Formats: sequence, structure tokens, C-alpha cells
Amino acid sequence: MKLSTDQEAWYLSLFEQFQSTLNGKSNSPIQTLRKEALKSFALLGFPTPRDEAWKNISLASLLRIPFALAKYETLQEITLETIQPFVFDNLKCTQLVFIDGLYAPHLSSQNQLPEGLQVESLANVLDSRPVSENLGHHAKFDLHAFTALNTAFVKDGAFILIPEGMILKTPIHLLFISTEKTRPSVSHPRVLILAKDHSQASIIESYVGSNSGVYFTNTVTEIVAGNNAVVDHTKLELESHEAFHFSYLQAILGRQSSITSHLFSLGGALVRNDINALLAGEGCKPTLNGFYLLQGKQQVDNYTLLEHTKPGCPSHELYKGILGDDSRAIFRGKIHVHQNAQKTDAYQSNQNLLLSDRARINTKPQLEIYADEVKCSHGATIGQVDENALFYLQSRGIRKEIAYQMLLQGFAREVINKVKIEPVRKQLDKLIQQKFENIQR
Amino acid sequence: MLEVKNLHVGIEDMKILRGIDLTVNSGEVHAIMGPNGSGKSTLAQVLAGHEGYRITAGKMLYQGKNLIEMAPEERALEGLFMAFQYPVEIPGVNSAYFLRTAVNEVRKHRKLETLDAMDYLSLSREKLKLLEMDESFLNRSVNEGFSGGEKKRHEIFQMSILEPKLTIMDETDSGLDIDALKIVSHGVNTLRNKDNAVVIVTHYQRLLNYIVPDHVHVLLKGRIVRSGGKELALELENKGYDWIRKEVTSETANT
Repeated sequence: MKLSTDQEAWYLSLFEQFQSTLNGKSNSPIQTLRKEALKSFALLGFPTPRDEAWKNISLASLLRIPFALAKYETLQEITLETIQPFVFDNLKCTQLVFIDGLYAPHLSSQNQLPEGLQVESLANVLDSRPVSENLGHHAKFDLHAFTALNTAFVKDGAFILIPEGMILKTPIHLLFISTEKTRPSVSHPRVLILAKDHSQASIIESYVGSNSGVYFTNTVTEIVAGNNAVVDHTKLELESHEAFHFSYLQAILGRQSSITSHLFSLGGALVRNDINALLAGEGCKPTLNGFYLLQGKQQVDNYTLLEHTKPGCPSHELYKGILGDDSRAIFRGKIHVHQNAQKTDAYQSNQNLLLSDRARINTKPQLEIYADEVKCSHGATIGQVDENALFYLQSRGIRKEIAYQMLLQGFAREVINKVKIEPVRKQLDKLIQQKFENIQR
Repeated sequence: MLEVKNLHVGIEDMKILRGIDLTVNSGEVHAIMGPNGSGKSTLAQVLAGHEGYRITAGKMLYQGKNLIEMAPEERALEGLFMAFQYPVEIPGVNSAYFLRTAVNEVRKHRKLETLDAMDYLSLSREKLKLLEMDESFLNRSVNEGFSGGEKKRHEIFQMSILEPKLTIMDETDSGLDIDALKIVSHGVNTLRNKDNAVVIVTHYQRLLNYIVPDHVHVLLKGRIVRSGGKELALELENKGYDWIRKEVTSETANT
């Protein structure tokens, strides 16, 4: 057993505090899961630069803060009006709102759901069978300290079950809000999405901080798509500019299923996203789209992993980023093609625009290919705003600053336009355009 | 309208234009012809305001204003338009949005009412017909995936929307087949009137059969060595640039 450092000891003590708030049976499946996860965390400890997947990120600023367990302190009243800026205009959807990781029924949709569909607070169903059979079984916590931590502290979040054959016409919006507190706090939201065979659904996860402030959101999402299921998942990270956001997304794809993940990192001081897709069925199709926009001293690290374990699967990955000021980003796109994953067709592209000469991008594709009949293309570009394009726009009477913003918006649009839900796409377009208007050249 | 006097332009250590004198009045069409490397495109780019060149001497006056002190967008607002030789592709920027923004900037400058989306759409439709272009171009990103001919027609389409006073065509004819050439020329001719002017920079005489110039200037090694009427273009076509080179050399030898 590894000797705990001060930081690990802090979280272990938080766990004891946490346990005392729970009312559940001490040997329920969820309690067993929590304890196993905590054991893993204690064994692993926080990653250090000696760990390959963590060598370019400094966790010092995160680990030196003694976060308290997030608890809503009513320092600000959260009403329907407060959440308006984070809700999508003209979007008819089923909405669940969480304040500091806990479900807030008074702010969430109360509409009747069709028979068989479950969209509810995870806390209500922690001991139910679909949850105990799936939670923590897909997002492996024995190798990832932050996932282990989240699983140890799992209390609430969202549980979504789309029954066989159901095609959801309206999307589901999960809105996680972190509120202002007297001291820095950590929350561990958890999302479990089970899309049964032949079902279709769109889910949006938004993470926002209603004020600037230091807090830590450590979130895990598991998505299991059954055979022929289609899941569209959009994640918006709009955390406060002092916040820490660590997320782990594990997608499991059944035969002929498709999961599309859109990730927009637009906030937070230090962000780390791990996106893993396990292609567990023939002909399944994962699509990973990402856009990150960094200013000031922000750091956003995106680590993706596509495990091609079955034949005939096409995967497509496009991550684009714009970095200004002193910001830093890392992109690691790993594609692992197992031996029998013949006729794999994998495409990966990471494109970056640097707006200042102090911004830094570290991008690396990692391909591990063990099958013969494989098509695997990958590319990375790092560049600046095209001066010729800028001149062209100016030569038509468009002021340089506006032309510059048009070009930045054009770069971002390739990813924004992949979001099929129009109100969400429009909101993203507006949000990103506003950020460009504040960017100094 | 345009007065260029003794213009010297270089790039890094190289001299490209060595004392250009050119006067263009309203209602006129001027052709600037020359072999590769003569400096034709440089002249066009410098008039448009490209910042990659160094102006070492001389002046450029447009409607009495000093062009050298005007940013590219200011020149455009004052009615100067360049049809690029190699129009750049701008993925992600919608063509209709881009041009509507541009025309509204120009209209604001001219104290005219701006066009809303509907007005702009009707105007575009009218001009697209003129250039035999399909409406689908409006939805595409600027020049993205356009063929060479389509790019050049798109340049003239923009010209028809912006209604400039002075148009500079930088080798618009290069890469165009005869049909595209006719369409582009028809577009330019339809827009000509006594208040505007066109400067055509070209290597070949062919375009000048369709857009007939009032004045033809021959550019050799950064200098205008001969000026004349449209017959000069035909003579060049028949005799080649070497003929001019010899004429010029013998002229300088005799002085």
C-alpha cells in the first residue's frame, strides 16, 4: 500500500466526513463500490509527472488547495431567473438542474416522461439494478485516480435510461451549476446513460460557475450504447476562470451503434478531459469533436482514446483549438487498433491557431496498430491567422478587427456546425463570438 | 481618379517597380501588359494596399487622397476594388455573410441605407444571373472548393455588388476558358459607366478583345516603357514581348 501524501490524506479524511452523511446500508452495492474505489485511489495516489499520461500537466495548483465537500450555502439564491443565461433559447427539452452536484427539483423539468424512459436524479436510483450493474463497471477506476475519487464520492448526478427502440424527439439537458462559497469546494457529479438497442437520444451536459471563484468539478460520465443505438452527447465546459474541471467520459459502443461526442472547453483555469471510447461491436461508429478556446493563463488538456476491438468500425476525430495570451493546451489522441479489428477506418485531426507567441500547444497522435487491413490517418496543424485571408476581407471594406474575428469564428465554426441541435449550436456560436470580441490581437 | 507618380516599390532587398507613372480618369479602361516578372501584380497589390511591399519613393493619389496612408479597408470604402489573381479560400466564413457585411460597410460609408438579409438576397440573385452563377454559391464558404473559373467569376460578382469606382483586375483572365472569359467580360462591361474606371493587369491580349481598353501600357522590368491605344496590345500579341524589349533597347541607345 502506497504511503499517502498530505494531499491524498486530505481526500481520505473527506471520505470519512462523506460517509457520515450517508444513510445507506453499509453493504449495499453502491457502498461496496465506493469503498473499492477509495481503495483504488489510496493505492494509486494522485498522478505525478512520472506517469506518462500526466507528465505535461502540473497538478500542484490543484492539490495544494484543501477543498471542502461542496455544499450549497445559499450565499446566492439560485432561481429560474439565475439559470436563464445557461439555458438554451427556444429549446424544448427535458432539463435536470444540479446545484453543487445535487439535484434541484424546483429548477428542473416536471413534464411527464414516456413509459420506460428514465431521466432522473441518480441519488434516487443508486440501489436499483440497472445502476448497480453499470455504475463504475465501464469507467474503470483502478487506473485513474480522479475517476476513483469520483466513484468513491458518488452521491448524485443523472441517470438516463432509454428503453429499447425508443427514439427521443427532444434532447435532455443536464445543467450542473457551482455556486459561490466561503471556501473552495469540490463536487463529484456523476452521469450514467444507458441507451438500449435501437434507441436514439441527444444529451447535453453543461458545467457552469455562476460566479468567478475557486472550485473543483471532478466529473465522470458513462455512456453505454446498445446495438444500433444512436447517442449524441454535447458537453459545454463554462466553468469560472479560477475553477478546476477534470472529466472522464467512457463510451461503450455496441454493434452498429453510434456515439458522437462534442466537447467545448471555454472556461476553467485548469481543465483535463479524458475521453475514452471502447468499440465493443462490429460496425460501430464513434465520432469525437472538440473545440477549445483559451485565454490568459488557462490550460486545457484533452486526452482521447479510441479502442478499436472489433472489425469494420469507422472512427472520426476532429479537435480544434484557439490559444491566446499565455495559455497552454495539450492534445493526445490515442488510437489502439486490436488484432482482429480488420477494416478499421480511423481519421484524426487536431488543428490549432496560436494568437500570441507565448501560447503553447503540445499535440501528439499515438497510434498502436495490431491489425493488417487498417486505414488510419492522422494530422496535426499549428498555425496563425491567415494574413492573406485577412487582407482579402479588408480589401472588401471590412475593418481589420472585424475581419480577424470573422476568421476566428470561421475556424471554430467547423466544429460548432457539427452540433445538430440548432438552439445549442446558436448559443455556442454566440458565446464563442463574444469571446472573440474580447480577444486582443 | 488615379494618379501614380514615380512609384518605386521593393520587397526585402529587391527592387520591383522603378518609377511608375500612370494616370487614370473616370470612364477609362487601362490595360497594363508585361511578361512574367515585370512587376504587374506588384503594382496591383500595392494599389490595393498589401503590406508586404516597401514603397521607397513616389506617390499614389486616388481621388486626390494619398493612398499610401490609407489602410486596405479604407481604400475599399472609398470605392477601390481589386479582383485577385489567386482568390484565397476562407473556410468557415459564409460567402453571403461576408459580402453582405462588406457591402453594408461600403453603404454606411456612402451614407446609404444598409441592406437586410432579404434585400441582400434579391440583390445577389440579380447579380448571380449576370455572372451565370448558381445560388448555391451564397451558402458556401468564401471561395472554398471553387474551381479557378468560379473563383474569378466570384470576384466579378463581388465587384457587381460593391459597385466600386476603380476596379483593378489582377490577371483575371489567367486560367479561364473562353466561355468563362466571355461571362466575366460581360459582367465587367455591364458595370462600366462614365464615373468609374478599370485597370486590367494582364499577360495576354485575349481578354482585351472583350473588355476593350482606351489605353494600353507595357511594363518591362518595373517601368512602363510604352503606352498606346488598343492597337498596341494587338501589336504585342503578334510580335511578342521581345519586340518591345528590342525597341526599348534601341531607343535608349539612340538617346
